[in-house]
Amino acid sequence: MENNEILGLLTKDARLSVAEIASMLGVDAGDVEMRISELEKDGVILGYQAVVDESKLPETCVKAIIEVKIRPSGTDGFDGLARRLARFSEVESLYLVSGEYDLELEVHGASLGDVASFVSGKLATTEGVVASATRFILKKYKETNRMLGDDNGGERLKISP
Amino acid sequence: MTMVESDSKYRREGRVSEIVASLPKSGIRDFFELVNAMDDVVSLGIGEPDFATPWRIRDAAIRSLERGRTSYTSNLGMLELRRRVVEYVERNFGVSYDPATECIITVGVSEALDLALRAMLNSGDEVVYHEPCYVSYSPCVRLAQGSPVVVPTFAENGFSLAPGDLRMALTPRTKALMLNFPCNPTGASMDSDALSAIARLSIERDLLVITDEIYSELTYEGEHVTIASLPGMRDRTLLLHGFSKAYAMTGFRIGFACGPADLIDAMMKVHQYSMLCAPTIAQEAAVEALDNAWSDMEEMRDEYHLRRNMIVRRLNAMGLTCVSPKGAFYVFPSVGSTGLSSSEFATRLLKERNVAVVPGTAFGHCGEGFVRCSYAASLDSLNTAMDRMEAFLESLGE
Repeated sequence: MENNEILGLLTKDARLSVAEIASMLGVDAGDVEMRISELEKDGVILGYQAVVDESKLPETCVKAIIEVKIRPSGTDGFDGLARRLARFSEVESLYLVSGEYDLELEVHGASLGDVASFVSGKLATTEGVVASATRFILKKYKETNRMLGDDNGGERLKISP
Repeated sequence: MTMVESDSKYRREGRVSEIVASLPKSGIRDFFELVNAMDDVVSLGIGEPDFATPWRIRDAAIRSLERGRTSYTSNLGMLELRRRVVEYVERNFGVSYDPATECIITVGVSEALDLALRAMLNSGDEVVYHEPCYVSYSPCVRLAQGSPVVVPTFAENGFSLAPGDLRMALTPRTKALMLNFPCNPTGASMDSDALSAIARLSIERDLLVITDEIYSELTYEGEHVTIASLPGMRDRTLLLHGFSKAYAMTGFRIGFACGPADLIDAMMKVHQYSMLCAPTIAQEAAVEALDNAWSDMEEMRDEYHLRRNMIVRRLNAMGLTCVSPKGAFYVFPSVGSTGLSSSEFATRLLKERNVAVVPGTAFGHCGEGFVRCSYAASLDSLNTAMDRMEAFLESLGE
């Protein structure tokens, strides 16, 4: 049994029980439990989250992808400022990226105004931020490997030879 | 739920051919009606993948339509597809064929089987096959004027075809042997040694062999071996295969046969007068499947593999003993411990716990005492079905 096999299964369905994983991989449940707790302890598994299609919720939040150009500092390059920006609760993910901009942020807010005030009030005023470009997400077609709003297959016969 | 006697109304009216009138209705058909009338059924009775066709293959079909590829193809099928098919067969099965004369593209393996039988049988020729087996073998033999002869297989030796049992079924009238490994409904496979004994017997008795290997990619233990690759077998064997199961393309209806030129040519004759050619759109999709979809297939196979491990463990734990099938996506557990017949078990499980499995008798008399459970169903469905079956078994014990 490889850690990757366990991770592959949990990435697809985080609710699988230890017993289910063990029976699918044909191994002992105790081993699976031990591996998983090691993966958690080592910080390989960071959490277990639901994949949500927000468009199905009555009140949806606003999401934006923000590209940010920053001035790297002499002491810690991009890391110091990147970590500082990542601490804002509006920021869901933050990546250092190649290309014209340096950082890519995924930001969420309750409304358009929320995201706008994050950009003007928090992001733009942070020392070292040179420029930013904000793109609001209009519609989601795929989330964490799942197609949204697409049944991806017709009905099968209930019994077939 | 046994193979039902033919409908007497046909005979009375005399309008339907005697052969057709005498064919039993498929045992699966009755059960289907029963299941269809119920809600909230978790079905393990489905003989096709639960995955939609990989997107790249669907996309190829769309592009083919956009380019206006809507005409007939050659009767044998598009040459570019036949070329890829024989390359694929050589790479994965180790047998080589000439794409120009030794390969025909068909409307699924079902048509290939029908063509093969019609191409080789004279009235009264006997065709031997192993049971439990796919529901259409016996009817297809009879429709081709042949006479079906059954060799039963048994759980004790993993539903493998025993050479001794085969030998006993052979007569001077035996023309052909039909094989299906990995097997629907048992999931059984035969390795090279076991197949060699069958091959030697086929040569000794000068039999033709039709081998339906539609599940070959879905092999979880050991390597799939085709009897066509064994010494002396290539020129007496028709290898039937297709895209339905491994590439989740059942609705495309696309398959093929590879074999010696005289038999392929005879099959082509029947095909050209009946089907003309396989659907062009499906042929184009098949090209994409062979060119680029191997990893999609592997992903599905790995998923079936995990489900197989889970379902086999749970069935055995609840007392429905089964060997771990080496291929396909079926388990064939014994319901002997319940004291119920296949049909009673399946009917009560359906009515009392809303889980559909297929009675083993739908696949031949020697399927009595077994049921077929398909694990071409999502893990959630399988878990629910296993929980319900467990509860059903407990209620039987009370």
